[in-house]
Parts: sequence; C-alpha cells; structure tokens
Amino acid sequence: MTSPAPQDFDALVVGAGIGGLQTALDLAEQGYKVAVVDRDPSIGGKMIRLSKVFPTLDCSSCITTPKMAAAAHHRNITIHTYCEPKSVAKVNGRFEATITQKPRYVIAEKCTGCRLCEYACPTYVPDEEQGGFGARKVIRVPFSNAIPQLAVLDAENCWICGKPAGKCMEACPTDAIDYFQKPQDFTIRARAVVLSTGYELIPDYSAKAFGPMSGHPNLITSLQMERLLAPHGPYMRVLRPGDGKEPSSIAFIQCAGSRDHTLGVPYCSRVCCMYSIKQAMLLSGALPLADITIYYIDIRAFGKNYEQFYQNAQAMGIEFVKAKPSVVSATPEGSLVMKYENQETGESVTREHDMVVQALALVPAWNPAGVIDAGVADDGFLKATSPKLQPTLTTQEGVFMAGVSAGPKDIVDAIVEAGAAAMEVSNYLTAQHAAAAE
Amino acid sequence: MPDTPFFEVNEAIRSLGGEDLNLCMQCGTCSGVCPWRNVETEFFIRRLIRFGQLGVEGSESEEVLFGCTTCGRCVDNCPRGVAIIDVVKGMRAMGAEVGAMPATLKAAAGSLESHGNPWGEPRAKRFDWAKDLDLPPFGPDTEYLLSVCCTSCYDARSRKIARALVQVLRAAGVSFGVIGTDENCCGEAIRKTGNEEAFGRLAEANVSLFNGRGVKKIIVTSPHCFHTYTKEYPALGGEWEVIHHSQLLAQLVADGRLKVEGKVAAKVAYHDPCYLGRHSRIFDEPRAVLGAAGATAVEMGRERDFSLCCGGGGGRVWMETAHDQRFSVLRVREAAEAGAEVLATACPYCLTLLEDSRKTEGFEDSLEVLDVAEVLARAIPPA
Repeated sequence: MTSPAPQDFDALVVGAGIGGLQTALDLAEQGYKVAVVDRDPSIGGKMIRLSKVFPTLDCSSCITTPKMAAAAHHRNITIHTYCEPKSVAKVNGRFEATITQKPRYVIAEKCTGCRLCEYACPTYVPDEEQGGFGARKVIRVPFSNAIPQLAVLDAENCWICGKPAGKCMEACPTDAIDYFQKPQDFTIRARAVVLSTGYELIPDYSAKAFGPMSGHPNLITSLQMERLLAPHGPYMRVLRPGDGKEPSSIAFIQCAGSRDHTLGVPYCSRVCCMYSIKQAMLLSGALPLADITIYYIDIRAFGKNYEQFYQNAQAMGIEFVKAKPSVVSATPEGSLVMKYENQETGESVTREHDMVVQALALVPAWNPAGVIDAGVADDGFLKATSPKLQPTLTTQEGVFMAGVSAGPKDIVDAIVEAGAAAMEVSNYLTAQHAAAAE
Repeated sequence: MPDTPFFEVNEAIRSLGGEDLNLCMQCGTCSGVCPWRNVETEFFIRRLIRFGQLGVEGSESEEVLFGCTTCGRCVDNCPRGVAIIDVVKGMRAMGAEVGAMPATLKAAAGSLESHGNPWGEPRAKRFDWAKDLDLPPFGPDTEYLLSVCCTSCYDARSRKIARALVQVLRAAGVSFGVIGTDENCCGEAIRKTGNEEAFGRLAEANVSLFNGRGVKKIIVTSPHCFHTYTKEYPALGGEWEVIHHSQLLAQLVADGRLKVEGKVAAKVAYHDPCYLGRHSRIFDEPRAVLGAAGATAVEMGRERDFSLCCGGGGGRVWMETAHDQRFSVLRVREAAEAGAEVLATACPYCLTLLEDSRKTEGFEDSLEVLDVAEVLARAIPPA
C-alpha cells in the first residue's frame, strides 16, 4: 500500500482536548490552516467525559460539544483521530511529522456511523468511556456525541464471531469493515507545532497507599465519579459499583498522590479541591440524604469565584475534615473503613463510608522523548523556556504548548493558555512570512 | 488544649536538632501515612509536632513521645519536606533533660554505657556466637571488617544470621576479619531516643577503633549500622566504604564469585526494612539474593518505599508493645495471606519482631522468618 501524499498546513496541533481544539479554532479563525491529531477515536479529550464544570456547574458535554463541532466543521481545520505522532522533525525551518494512523478495522470513508455493526456485535466488554462500569460492544462508536461518528473495533477482544466473517461485517450496509487493516503512516508538513497532550490520573497511588485495600470496587477514582455523575453515565444515577446499592455515605480523599514525593508528584494538581467540591455538590443533589465528607490537608480555592463555591459547599452541609485518612479494611457489606486523626481532639477516629473517591494526582499523558525535540521539566510536564512572560514556548523554536501538558490547570486556564499559544503561533508565522518576503 | 505555650520550648527543640519544627503547616499528611494508623492508638505525629511548636505539655507520655518508630514514611510524604525524625529526636532530647525517659530505654542506655551493647550482656561475650568458627582477626591484609550488629552477637536466634553470613562469605572466598569484643553498638537507636551523649561516646569509640586498625571497608549486618556508618559517622571522622551484607551477597553472585548450586524451593515474601529501603534506597539487592537462591517471589503488598515498619525502630525494639499494637503481627499475617512459606528480611530488628509475631500468630509450622543471608546459605552446600 502506498502512503498518502503529504499534507501541508500552517500549524499542527497534537491533542484534541479542550486546549488543542481552542488553539486550532483560534488559529483557523485567523485564516491559518491547522491539522489536529489525537490518539483517541474521538476528539474532546478529558472535558467531554466530565459531568459538570466548576464553579458554574455548566453541563460539560453541553459546552464541549459545540467546540468539537465547530472544530470538526471548520474549513481551515483537518482532524485526524486515532493517530499517534511517530516523529516530528524540523527540516529547513518546516516541521515534517510522521503520523501513524492506528487501524480502526473500519474504512473511515465508507462508515456512516449507523451503528448497525455495534448492534450486531455479540460481545460485551467493560466500557473505559464509562470508567469501566458499564459495558460496550467490541465494535462501537466510542460514545453518543463522539466526533467523528465512526465505528472502531477493538482487536484485543474481537474473536471474529461468525464464519467466514463476523456479525458486524454481515450487518454493515456499506462494506466498511476490514479485519486486515494495518497501521499506516502519513506525513503532515507544518510551519509550527502546538503540543496539547493533556494528562492522565496517577495510576499506582491506591496500591501504594492502601496496599491490600486497593482494587476494592467501592474505592474509585475521581474520573470514575465524573462518569457516575454524568448525564449519560453508566447507571444513569449514582450507585456504588461494588453491589449497585445507593450509597448513603461518600468520602473524598484529597491529595491522593499530589504533593507526594514518594510518587514523584511533589506538585499540587490544582484542580482536585475544586472538582471534589463540585462532585460533592452534585452528589448532594443526586442523593439528598447522603452524608458527604471531604478529607483534605488544605483547600486551595484559587480561581475566580472559587472561594465562594467552597463556602457554598460548606453551607450545603458538606462535611470538610482536615485529615489524611488511611483506608484500612472493608466491611462484609462492602463499605470501606478509614482511620484518621481528629485534629481537634487528638483522638483516633475509625469511620465507615459506603464508597470512597480518590482525588488522584494529574500526571502528564505523553512524553515527547523520541518523537519531537521538546524539553521536559523534572515533574514530567513540558518545559517552558520563559515560564513567566511567554509560558507557551517550549525549548524548540516553532514548538508551542498549551493545557495540562504544560502543567496542571483547570479548564478556564487551559482555554486561556490555548488562546495564548495560538497568538504565539500567529506571531511566529507572521515573522517567518516577513523574513521570507525580504 | 493544655497549659500556656512556652516559646523557649520551641527554641530548645530546634537547638536540639529539630530545626524544621516551625516549617510544619499541620496538614496532617504525616498522621495519615503513619504506620500507627493500622492499629488503635492515640499517637499522632502531627499532634506531637504541634505540641512542640507551641511548647505546651501533653506529649510526655511514653506512648506519645516514644511512639515514633522513625520509619520515615512521613518524611518521604511531607509536602513541606520537614525532617520529622529530627524534630522527634529533638523533642525526646528535651524530654530526656527533664528525665522523661521510659525505664526500658534507661536500661538500654545503661548497658550501652557499661557493656557497649544495649542488651545488658557482658562485653566479653560479644563474640561467643563465633567461638567454634575460628574467625580471622582483622589485619592489614584483610579486605573487609565484618561488623556484626549487637543483636546478632547476643540474641540466640539472631546469631544464626551472623553464622549463615560467615558461611556464605567463606564459600565465596571473601577476605574478611573481625575486631572482636572491643567493638561497640553503632548508637543509631539510642540517638533516636534523644540521647545524643550516649551516641557521641559510642560513635567516638568506634571511629577511633576502626581508624586505628586501618579499616577501609566494612560489611555491616544491620541497616541501622549501615545508616549510622554512612550518614552519621563521616561527620565524626569515620569515612569508610560501607556495604550491607545483602549488597555484598548480590554482588558476589552477580560477579560469579559465589556458586549457587542448590535451590531454595519455597515461596518467599520480602519485607523491606525501613533503614535499608526508605532510608538507604537499597531495594533490589536483597531481592536479587533471594532470586539467586532460587526462591519464588510472592508479593504481599506495601513494598519498597511503602513498606510497613516492623515496629522496632526509634528505640522501640527495646520497649514493650501491646500485642494488638504490633505492626509485625500485621506483617506476618500479610505474608501468610500472600501464600509465603518464608518471610525474608535483612535487618536483625525486623527479624526479631517478625519471629516473635510468627509464633504468637500460630504460623510456626507454615511460615519461616529468615534473613536473606540465611536463605542464600541454604542454597550453598556446607563447606
């Protein structure tokens, strides 16, 4: 198979979360041609998977979807999903990016997103889009408002259920299924690059902090709680995953990994205080009779209207306990037993909660090493050469950064920084253009 | 809250080594990660520090002032980087000045003064464990000084570690010798009880003894000696190449100097001693020794940086701990639950406490507690 012809752009944006999309839109509105690549089968990043956002309590998917649609339909933006950048090298002042298109096992040009394959597929596996709580088919459109609406088959779980072809292939009206698709490289040429590669939650906190109790089904992560609270969540209401019961007492453990040298995360992840308060508020609405407790070491409500948000939560009856609890055991009924110090009385407190949410630290989702020459700081986030005055410049001229890949930040700050990155790209491209004209 | 604050107390703690006292912002992370959260207790490290900051009474009791095992979990996790163990040491030193010292610690200090070991045993018997081994004295042509922890010199069970180590060192043809009864306790634990004076005497005696004999390289059998020799003696003029026996054994196997012909066909869980792991960053070598012996590794959780303290650090090895408060009990249960047949470790304190808990918990027939040197010795044919 021959490689497709190189495509020429003004800017390449790596990562199609809210930061990458904002940069792409800002550049596209100025008339620049922008390519956006993302490793997921849909754009939208972490934000499209959230429930609501602090402190406005807007529905997250309601305000992300228009941005995704605007980028997808913009005549100056070309989106490549389910791709990994393999190498991005500067050749004669211009970047040549080799991008690997991962196989969807579905021919994108033929797929209409009708989902007949998904309905026909007989195999269910845990749905990572729902925090692993719900089930999905092996071939599926990733989620209802995914962009693009293209099916993707997960080869790990497919067992080619029929002979000679699987049920999906029989069901597809446009013959779009191709079990023999291979990864394919293609080339994007661009004059500037923006890295907006986002974060993941720290993977190993629970095992290290709580040892034998890690892996308990009612000890969940903050992003899992986002799914439980989301309008299209796995259960359509808040139930605890262990036994499907409605929890009457929910605890949050703050700084779960953040500000912890032993996990290589000496920094504050910045968003956890606020999203936990937000989740606590949403839980108060969803489960009005439940007790909700936030265990914190200190509350950092730093942004516009954030302190008021925190005070509102206190007024709503959410309990704030200053302590770092240890999860020590579980009851036969599936509740988790925590031990902590009552700092006012000096007593040891043992307390049960029906489920526990860990506000896990944010860690970089991607390391540029071996792909593109961009420096990484000690904490793993992209290094800024001028962190105060030009925070979106990386160590390589022409390569910019935005969003959490540059350091933990909330959605507001990510969007502001994405705009700043777009402006730096624009300045850079204008200067290049002027130099070429001389 | 008790009594009137005395800023002089705060100043005194800082002058006695707890320089970071006022850096603490009282977030309570230390109390949360503390091994004491695994049992029912009134000991909270955050609260102890708060008492110290304010200079108020309330922390003098044995359970509180001497609760800390100096395991180092909180130091690793402190967001402000407070050297919490030094603060504890400073507070204990304060207490020692007014005589607030548990009786068992007074006895240990007295024994160190008169016998050079904390176990109340005569100095003359220090090398009784090796009577029949014909150990060579350390001399100018000897490469390593073998410095054996007091516990492994006197305690019947612990002596077996020293004997197993000698067997393995001889099998590998390592050039080593011993000094004998003139050696003293390293002083690590007594220093943690706030007794700087006793530590000073012991350290000075050891430094001048070792330097006087021309020692260059030392094999230590305890992570506590390792800590003192590598981190505390250099400031007193004791600068040698110090190696923990687990490191040396791993090296001998890797270099092919030690031929391991047999195999220990057992499932072995490894317990990281605080002072070997967290404090000295030695995690891989003891595991390599167990691997070389052919043991099948089983994980029991809380490993490496996150290891659960046995409860014996900070002078607590000399103190009595109620049965329901012993971390070593939790540890042997974890090993048993993980399906281990052997719980291996590399510290005489850990071994002593784990051995004891193995017996009280009824694992005498199903679980052995061994030092890594003992495991390796089993895989080597006797000379």
